[in-house]
Amino acid sequence: MEQQAQLKDASPFIRASESREPSLTRRLLKRSGHFARTNLIGTLGAIIVVFLVMVAILAPLISPFDPIDQGAQRFLPPSLEHWMGTDSLGRDIASRVFHGTRVSLYVGLLAVGIGLILGTTIGVIAGYFGKQIDNVLMRLVDMMLAFPGLVLAMLIAGLLGPSLTNAMIAVGLILTPSFARVARGSLLAIFSEPYIESARAVGGTDFYIIRRHVLPNMMVPLIVLITVSLSIAILAESSLSFLGLGIQPPAPSWGGMLSSGRPYMEVAPWVAIFPGLAIMLAVLGFNFLGDGLRDALDPRLKE
Amino acid sequence: MRTYILRRLLLTIPTIIGLTIIVFLAVRLLPGDVIDAMSGGQVAVDEAKRQIIRERLGLADPLPIQYTHWIADILSGDLGVSLRNAQPLREVFLRALPVTLELGILAAIIASVIGIPLGITSAVKRYSLIDFSVRVIGLIGLSFPNFWLGTLLILVTSLAFKWIPGLTYVPIWEDPIANLKQMILPALVLSFQLMAIAMRMTRATMLEVLRQDYMRTAQAKGLKPSKIVTRHALRNALIPVITIIGVQLGYLLSGSVIIEQIFGLPGIGWFFLQGLLDRDYPIVQIMALFMVSVFVLLNLATDLIYGYIDPRIRFEGIE
Repeated sequence: MEQQAQLKDASPFIRASESREPSLTRRLLKRSGHFARTNLIGTLGAIIVVFLVMVAILAPLISPFDPIDQGAQRFLPPSLEHWMGTDSLGRDIASRVFHGTRVSLYVGLLAVGIGLILGTTIGVIAGYFGKQIDNVLMRLVDMMLAFPGLVLAMLIAGLLGPSLTNAMIAVGLILTPSFARVARGSLLAIFSEPYIESARAVGGTDFYIIRRHVLPNMMVPLIVLITVSLSIAILAESSLSFLGLGIQPPAPSWGGMLSSGRPYMEVAPWVAIFPGLAIMLAVLGFNFLGDGLRDALDPRLKE
Repeated sequence: MRTYILRRLLLTIPTIIGLTIIVFLAVRLLPGDVIDAMSGGQVAVDEAKRQIIRERLGLADPLPIQYTHWIADILSGDLGVSLRNAQPLREVFLRALPVTLELGILAAIIASVIGIPLGITSAVKRYSLIDFSVRVIGLIGLSFPNFWLGTLLILVTSLAFKWIPGLTYVPIWEDPIANLKQMILPALVLSFQLMAIAMRMTRATMLEVLRQDYMRTAQAKGLKPSKIVTRHALRNALIPVITIIGVQLGYLLSGSVIIEQIFGLPGIGWFFLQGLLDRDYPIVQIMALFMVSVFVLLNLATDLIYGYIDPRIRFEGIE
């Protein structure tokens, strides 16, 4: 005791070299720097996604014109006044692209929401109850997966009638099978883990186990699936609008703008180029983010 | 192996039956009255007339009976009649089929011939410029909306080469050169996404295989690097790649809907879309049924081929 007290007061050098806890900000900065350096693609994706969300939120503020106002001259090339030029009806393309971001993100988020809720419910029920219920539900899921890509969405949106809501429902339904499969697989994998058995042994009810152990561990594959599904949803919605089965004019939607700009490609290519760029940016951003998240959250890569 | 084949085949049958039911129900249960569609929604048809038209079209019978009629008709070759112009759909289908088939086959060939070798090179020469470009192009290819790619390519070719895709479709047996000139660009666009997937998958599986111990053995034996790659690595790496490509071939079908629309090719996808927009339900049914069945059969074929190639499945049960 006496020796310790002596050591502590001994020298200013010793006191100075005692480590101090770095502040929270410092720790966060250091972590993100490390993350950015090791995971370039993911960070790039995150930046793009954040940028798009900002554009969507601030659309009315940053749009120079009203997206459906046909006041200007038709087919003006990009200029200082009309950053992306005007379209066949004299509408400012830049404003339409900005507002289109809102539409795409809105439809994307809601469609993924539908797929997430519907899909995970089906998957969890199938995995939890097992046997016949599992068989029947998974057979249904397989049948939905038997429709190649867009065909099911086209069928649903086309038959329900082209509109924003119906496009959302259609895309949500085609995302459901993937969520169901991932949720079910995740559930079954987690159920076989030893800590579930021990939780039961100490008397945990099923509900408690699900809430405390299963759901948090299902998060990881689900988060990756959510980002990938967002990119699929945005692509699907623009494809549907392009084909005339989605959002109807005059509402600004990237796919619809591309479709109406196509006949004028030689005369005014900017009408179709900018919306296409926007679509690609959005899809790329979410794909990058998903790739990065998958790499970052992969438990096999953790020390 | 035999049990594997039998099991796969047995699983397919209920799936196809279920799919015919889904397509059938989707068209009939979703809103939008056929009668209104036929008259273009302009004429107000009174209820008595509607009932007569319905009975004529066979729409007044209970659903299970309609379904049985429909399936029986299909199996005997009668694919129905278009609501728009009373054209027998059998001819329409037989004329549209070769277009989509040719498009799909061309796209698949292009994607494999370009994608797989690039993936192999990217894996073998890791961290090189080729590797980096393959990865970037792969990711971009997955995100590029195909309708945008098609539109841009048409713009580029019309500006650079003063060339526009032909307006009328020429079948391949009439004039192969003209046909190929017409089909090469759409096939290229359609192949892009599959190419990106093939590149990425090949690269990933090659990397996996190259890390294995038996690769080190081969190198220790003194084999030439090219021999190591072709004889040992490729075989094992390509198995999952073939599986993935087989599954993705089905997605060429949905891609072809858009591509046919852009380039004006009268294929299955084009008629499917037109049917949806015109509310011409018989066309929608038949085309949807075709696309779905092809998709299921492609998956079946892929599984069977995979079962044959993968020695673990092929020789199971032989002790």
